[in-house]
Amino acid sequence: MTRSEQPQDGTPLLKLQNIEKSFGDVKVLKGVSVEVERGEIVAIIGGSGSGKSTLLRCVNLMEVPSAGRIEFQNFVAEFAEGRKNKISGEHLRQLRTQIGMVFQSYNLWPHKTVMENVMHAPMIVKGVSRRDAAEQAEQLLARIGLAERRNHYPSQLSGGQQQRVAIVRALAMQPKAMLFDEVTSALDPELVGEVLSLMAELANEGMTMLIVTHEIAFAREVSSRTLFFDQGVIAESGPSKELLRNPQSDRMRQFLSRVLHETY
Amino acid sequence: MNSDLLVYVPGFLHASWLVFSITVLVIVVSWICGLAAALGKTSSFAPVRWLSTFYIWFIRGTPTLIQVFIVYFGFPQLGLKLSPFVAGVLALGVNSGAYVAEIIRSGLTAIPKGQMESAMALGISRRKTMTTIILPQVFRIILPPLTNEAITCLKNTSLLSTITVMELTLYSQVLIATTFRPFQFYIATAVIYLIMTTVLSQLSAYLERRNMRSAA
Ligand SMILES: Nc1ncnc2c1ncn2[C@@H]1O[C@H](COP(=O)(O)OP(=O)(O)O)[C@@H](O)[C@H]1O
Ligand SMILES: [Mg+2]
Repeated sequence: MTRSEQPQDGTPLLKLQNIEKSFGDVKVLKGVSVEVERGEIVAIIGGSGSGKSTLLRCVNLMEVPSAGRIEFQNFVAEFAEGRKNKISGEHLRQLRTQIGMVFQSYNLWPHKTVMENVMHAPMIVKGVSRRDAAEQAEQLLARIGLAERRNHYPSQLSGGQQQRVAIVRALAMQPKAMLFDEVTSALDPELVGEVLSLMAELANEGMTMLIVTHEIAFAREVSSRTLFFDQGVIAESGPSKELLRNPQSDRMRQFLSRVLHETY
Repeated sequence: MNSDLLVYVPGFLHASWLVFSITVLVIVVSWICGLAAALGKTSSFAPVRWLSTFYIWFIRGTPTLIQVFIVYFGFPQLGLKLSPFVAGVLALGVNSGAYVAEIIRSGLTAIPKGQMESAMALGISRRKTMTTIILPQVFRIILPPLTNEAITCLKNTSLLSTITVMELTLYSQVLIATTFRPFQFYIATAVIYLIMTTVLSQLSAYLERRNMRSAA
């Protein structure tokens, strides 16, 4: 569906250079550089507090980096310590409509039906007509098997269903890339699978994705590259199949054994 | 004793109608002031925040009756002479606005942060996020305290008897002055207030039930 139309012309879709981010005196990101090709799936793993969420939030500028450079298609922004890093609301919104983001908590609009949840943003942000928005929402809901729930409210759905609606709500903006921040962490174990398979489907269709996850098996299967975060830097990175089987550092080995043996 | 009271029914009806229309106008003014002050308190522009804080502090810290007097008796000295009706609506509306502001603020803090974040991630502007996502949710949370405040507004209209608005309280006082039957007339007046406040709370209970179907 949302297959990226652009040919693989060699330039990465997303380029982060030396991203730094401080909250007060605490430096949370200490120079992170990542390039993501169109259609590439990058997994980000690492301990709690290592800066994974902060990095994702810097990509769509929900957090403004303290330093570094972000390129996303035509959008370029440079940040420097001690400079006022202000970007116009219009540019921000344009960037955000092209990068979808899904969170650990589903955050559906509780006062709107499932259908309205999917229609709302395209209508008010992109000016899509109600009819077109409805048509698209029907298709998206049909694809996740929730078409007959269109008039239900989020509270009437299971966590897994809500999270899948949250994913198609983001897809309704027809983004060029998707950011996933531990989207299965809040789910009951038996509901994790349905969300992961939707993500795997998107990956197969060519969506560019950055996925923060503790699901190591999923990362190994679906992502081509894995970044291991530790204390605000990418401590290790490489092709997922190799890196996740054969980490080099003790820190990553410890981290992996911890998450792999974690049982619910 | 009862049949001769019937001649006062049209007068009571008229006074009740006045109470009702003043209350409606007061609520309108109150919601406007309350919303402005609640959002003003979250403004990124410091003077707006100070102004909102001062407004809420002043109103909640002084008697409503004094506020009514300031507007009706005090403002003419500044060259602003208002009719009793307008002064009353303004004073009671601005008064209630400070309480509504606090109600809205507590409603705002009850909305999970994730709602803002998701709206932001979808590229929805701050204003649209407020008007289409946050405030509709806030409204259904604050409906019960808002109803209480509306009932207070209705009861506060009796304060306007002191500035010659011929509403229910002043009307009954005038009748009592000529009939010398305070017990009957004050009881009758109380019953009329009671009917109006009961209707208000029933209305809100109905709205709440209707909302419950979607929120959980
Ligand atoms: N808005 C914020 N203000 C202050 N500190 C923050 C903020 N957001 C994140 N942090 C801190 O930054 C660090 C990294 O957080 P985060 O990126 O959420 O880590 P992760 O997602 O890897 O668990 C944590 O120590 C966290 O407390
Ligand atoms: Mg996180």
